[in-house]
Order: sequence, then structure tokens, then C-alpha cells
Amino acid sequence: MSLSLTASHITRSYNGKLILHDCSFPFDGSGTYILMGPNGSGKSTFFRICALLEEPDSGEIKFFSEGAALKNDIYLRRRITLVLPKIGIFNTTVFQNVAYGLKVRGTKKNETEEKVHDALEFVGLNHKKNSHALSLSSGETQRLGIARAIVTDPEILFLDEPTASLDPYNTTIIEELIAKIKGRNKITIVMVTHNLYQAQRLADYVLFMHDGRIADHGAVKEFFARPKDDRAYRFITGQMVY
Amino acid sequence: MGSIIEGFRKAFFLILNLDQELLKIIFLSLKVSGLALVISTAIGLSLSTLLSFKKIPLRGMIISLMNTFMGLPPVVVGLFVYLILSRSGPLGFMGLLYTPSAMVTAQTILAFPIVASLCHSAIISVDPIIKQSSMTLGATPMQMTVTIMREARYGIMSGIIAALGRVMAEVGAILIVGGNIAGYTRVMTTTIALETDKGNFELALALGIILLTLSLIINIILYRIQRRGTVNG
Repeated sequence: MSLSLTASHITRSYNGKLILHDCSFPFDGSGTYILMGPNGSGKSTFFRICALLEEPDSGEIKFFSEGAALKNDIYLRRRITLVLPKIGIFNTTVFQNVAYGLKVRGTKKNETEEKVHDALEFVGLNHKKNSHALSLSSGETQRLGIARAIVTDPEILFLDEPTASLDPYNTTIIEELIAKIKGRNKITIVMVTHNLYQAQRLADYVLFMHDGRIADHGAVKEFFARPKDDRAYRFITGQMVY
Repeated sequence: MGSIIEGFRKAFFLILNLDQELLKIIFLSLKVSGLALVISTAIGLSLSTLLSFKKIPLRGMIISLMNTFMGLPPVVVGLFVYLILSRSGPLGFMGLLYTPSAMVTAQTILAFPIVASLCHSAIISVDPIIKQSSMTLGATPMQMTVTIMREARYGIMSGIIAALGRVMAEVGAILIVGGNIAGYTRVMTTTIALETDKGNFELALALGIILLTLSLIINIILYRIQRRGTVNG
């Protein structure tokens, strides 16, 4: 059984302004969960709290493995990975960037080389493995971010707007990679996107956030065909003014 | 003009013939400055790491002091070390005045604020996203620190090389605490000062040429390090 996570009664405020109000949701199965909503809806904050990048003011994030709750420690953190909108590329080669996650885990050299090779092959960057990582284009950098994340075989992969700064060609490449990751591993993907079409192409389940709350959620087909919440309906039909 | 040309001619003669006195002075200079650099790097780098990663009391004050001490006048440092090491000073019993150890001490005091301040700037200039990336890829806090230091490596090396430049060219402090004793505490810069006073230009010029060459080498290394830090370097 894979890793699952449950968000319970998450509340968060910045400078006295409430950003998240009592958000709860169980991400309890492999598949792709997409967080959608207008700007300022709180989806990125909820995402960052779920990914253990931020602490909530109240409420808790719990990870479970085979029914047992796990402690928030380095061992848990090594079972999940994130790809952020701005990829923090290390000032070294593409190979060394991808190998980083394996090195900090103490993986042996031969195994590291093999896994890095596979990950770079997977994202189509093997021919660039000796190039300087900071010389890559935006699309290649995003692919490097994905290679670096999947090389450690995470059980939950968090993707924060992975195609936000990309052109349509590179967006398609990244979407295909995400679809391949779903097919390759029994993995839970939690992703933030503004792109309705992307959500329809990639999601198994959609969470719609509005004004710091999870206003609606459902399986992707059901959500887009019959949204239960009026704001979700207006958002997906392009009628929402915000 | 003729005497200057003659001075240069004799200076090159001394260099090309590997004059024993010249070599001895160069060797002592490298030994004193090298040792001072090693100690100031150990102190400066530790301090900059502490200031960059730990919230210690009076942190802002220490950083301001380090920045101020970068421009310490060497003669003031020389005077301070002299007073501490002189017979009536608090460390007078150690008998270090007019020894290479006193010179190393003075140069270390001059160099470590440069290492600390420039290394601190290099470390805090690393994009915060690097720390976040490192954490999300499974690094422990210690591994994160090492990663950030690694990202700052070109800036750190620049700081160390800048400190080396400072100690190699220094004369005021080591003249006061070393005494310029022939064969014992006489280094390149103090010899140049002394020989110029005596009108013995060939040795002064020979050492000047070597000092300039060393300075050029240091700057070439610094330039190459800085270029390696850029993608297209």
C-alpha cells in the first residue's frame, strides 16, 4: 500500500488576513489530484502546507503508510518530492543535479549512475547530462526538475504549476511526462494548475478552491460535467469575475 | 633613468641566478602569509558560516564590525599586536615579539575580517530557492548547509584570494611586530622598504618584480574562479 496523506482542518493566515479556512481533504489513493481555483483562492498555500513546506496555524497534515500514521521526519520527507514553479537548479552539471537526491540518501555510485541515466532518458535529457544545468532552456529546466524529482521514486509527487512559464510545445512535453509518470509508478500526484484543459487531461480528481475553502471537489469527469458549486461552475465556464 | 635601467638589469640578474638571500626572503614571505591565510580562512569561514546559518545574539553588530575591520589600517593592527606581545603586555611572557609568529598573528588579524565578510556575503547571496530545493530532495539540515556552501564556493574562494592579496602586500604591521631582522623576520615587503631606504635598488626591484608577479598570478586565479562561477565561463 502506498503513502497517503490527509489534511485536517487546515487554517492559515498571513499578516492578519485569513488565507485558508478549515480545509480538510483525504488524498487517499494513487492518482492525480489537481488543485484549481482563481488567483488568491489559497490553493498554493494549501499545496505548500500539504507538501510540508509550510506549517499551518492550526489543523494538521498526516501521512499514512499501511494505515499507520507517520512522524514528520527526514524519512517521511524522503518519500515525497516537489517540483516548484521556479526550479532551484544547482550550479553544476545536469547529471549532478539529478544525482543530488540519491547522494543525500547515500545511494551507491553505480546505482546512482544507473538511476540518473534512467531518469534523464525518461525526460529526454540524456544527451545533456554533462551540460551545465544553468545553460538549459526553460522547457529543459522543467524537465530536469521532473527528472530530479522522480529519480528517487517518490510515493507522492507534488507539482506546483509545472507548465506555468512554458510555451505550448513544452507544455505538451511536460504533460506527456506527467502522464507517463502516472503510468510508470503507483504514485500519488498532487498538482496545482490554472489551466482547465490541462486539469481535464491529467486529473483523476479535482479540488476547486475559492476564498480559502475547498468549495467543490469530485472525480474529473463528474466535476467538469456537473459541478456542485455555483462558483466552480462559473470558473470552469469562464464566467467568474474576480 | 640610467640608474633605474641598471637597477632592473641587476634585479633580473638576481632573479635568474636564484640568489640565495632572495629565495630565503621569498620563502619566509610565503610561509608567513600562507600560514596567516590558513588560520584566517579557518576562523573567517567558520564565523561566516555561523553568521549565515544561525541566529546568534548581536549578529548584526558582528557583521558590521567585520565589514569595518576589512579596512583596518595595518599600522594600527601592528601597534595593537605589539602592545599585546611586548614584554609588559598581557602576552609578553610568551616571547613572541619580533618572531615570525608575531607576523602571522598580525596578518591573521588583518585577513580574517576579509574572509569572514566576503564569505558571508557569498553565502547569503545564494538564492533561497536552493535551500528549499535541497530540502524537497531529501537533504538533512547539515546536507542543506553543505549544499549552500557549495553553491557559494566561487564567492568563498574569491574572499580567500582577496585576503591572500592583502597579506602578501602588507608591510606596516609586520614591520612593527617582526622588526625586519635579516634572515629571521625579513620578508619581501619589509625588505623592499629597507633596501629602498639604503639606496640598494636592485634587491628592492627584484623583490618588487616578484611581488607584482605573485599579485598578477593571484588576480588571474581570482578572475578564472569568478569566470567558472558563470555558465558560459
